[in-house]
Amino acid sequence: MDPQIIIARRVAKELRSGDLVNLGIGIPTLVANYVPTDLKVFFQSENGLIGTGPIPEQGLAHPTLTDAGGRPISALPGASTFDSAMSFGLIRGGHVDVTVLGGLQVDAHGHLANWMIPGKMVPGMGGAMDLVSGAKRVIVAMQHAAKGKSKIVAKCSLPLTSARPVNLVVTDMAVIGFADGTATLLETAPGVTIGEVMAATEADLLVGDHVPEMMI
Amino acid sequence: MKAISLEEAVAMIPVGASVMVGGFMGVGTPERLLDEVVRQKKGGLSLICNDAAIPGKGVGKLFDAALVARLTATHIGLNAKAQQQMLANQITVDLVPQGTFVERIRAGGCGLGGVLTPTGVGTLVAQGKREIEVDGKPFLLETALRAQFALVHAFLADYLGNLAYALTSRNFNPVMAMAADTVIVTAENIVPIGVIAPDHVVTPAPLVDYLITNG
Repeated sequence: MDPQIIIARRVAKELRSGDLVNLGIGIPTLVANYVPTDLKVFFQSENGLIGTGPIPEQGLAHPTLTDAGGRPISALPGASTFDSAMSFGLIRGGHVDVTVLGGLQVDAHGHLANWMIPGKMVPGMGGAMDLVSGAKRVIVAMQHAAKGKSKIVAKCSLPLTSARPVNLVVTDMAVIGFADGTATLLETAPGVTIGEVMAATEADLLVGDHVPEMMI
Repeated sequence: MKAISLEEAVAMIPVGASVMVGGFMGVGTPERLLDEVVRQKKGGLSLICNDAAIPGKGVGKLFDAALVARLTATHIGLNAKAQQQMLANQITVDLVPQGTFVERIRAGGCGLGGVLTPTGVGTLVAQGKREIEVDGKPFLLETALRAQFALVHAFLADYLGNLAYALTSRNFNPVMAMAADTVIVTAENIVPIGVIAPDHVVTPAPLVDYLITNG
C-alpha cells in the first residue's frame, strides 16, 4: 500500500462522530477520503467554512467556494460560513477537536517543526501555529523519514511551530504518542518490526510490552 | 457612502500608502481595484493581506508589477514571485500567524491596543514581543494593525453601502472594513436598499466610504 494511504487510513481511525476537524495540506487532506460515511465529522476549512465537501463535478465549481489553498470545493448540507476572526476563534479557542498537520520534524518531546527551513523555504506559517496552540488534539501525519533521514528527531533543528507538544504522530512505519512527555512507540505499520522502527528513528522511543500492529 | 468610479477611487491612494486587501488566495479580492492600482502604477505600497495569492490573480498582480515595498501576511509560499522579491530584499516581509493577523486587524478596527494570544509563545514569532502571564499562562502581546486604505470585496452592496458576502469569499473583508481610515468596496452585485435583510447585513453601511460603480 502507498505509504501516504497507510498514514491517512490510520489517522482516520482517530476521528469520532461529532468532532470538528481541521486538516492541513498534503497527507492530512487525504484523511477525509477514509472516514466512514456513517461517521458525522465536521471538517473545517480555515478560510471560513465548516462542512467542506468533495471537489465539485467538472463545470460546477464556484469561485467563492474554495479550500485554504484556493482550490474549488463543495459544501455539505448543514455547512456554515464565517469570517477569518471566527474561523481562528474556533481554532485558538479550543473548539476544534482534532487538527491533522504535516510535519518536517517532531522531536522526542513531541515538539513540531513544520513551517520553515531557514534560508531555503520561508513560505510563512499560515494557520499552523494557531492550530497547534489551540486545537484539543494535534495529530501529525508524515512520512517517517525524508531522503533516508529520520523525521522523528532527538531535538528539532528547525524552528518550532509551537511550544506545545503534539499528541500523536502517525507515519508509514509507526504510531508514536507523547502521553508522558516522552516519545512512545504505540503501534507498528503492517509488516514493519519494532527493530526496523527503532533503526529508522533518531529519537529514543519508549517501547511497551505489547506493541500492536496498526489497524488500517 | 459615495459611489465613485474605479479611476477616481484609486487616484485617492498615494504612492507608498498602507493598504489592506481582503481575500484568501485571491478569493474574495477586489480584482478591479487591483487592476486599476496596477494601471495607475501606485508603487511602494505597504500591503496587508493574508497571502500573496498567485501570479496574475488577486494581490499577486501587485507583485507582478513590483508595486509592493512592504508586506504583512501569513503565507506567501504559493507565489514564487513574492518569494523571490523577499529573498532578493526588494520587499520587507513580516510573516504573522493567521489567527494573530486577523486579531491584530480586528483590534485595530475595534479601538483595542492589541491582543494577548498563546500562539507563537516559545517560537521565533515571540522575538522582540512582550510576554504577559495571565492566570499562570503565557501570552504574547500582539499590537493592533490598521491601514490608510482597506480594499474590500463583497457579494452584495446596497445603495447605502450595506454589505453581504458569499461563502468563503468573506474571509478577511468584514474585519478589514473596520480597520482603515478609508474603505473602498467593489461588489459582485449592487442592489436596492432592502434587498439585504437587516439580519443578513455583515458590514453596516456607515463603515463604507466609497462604493465602486458598475462599468
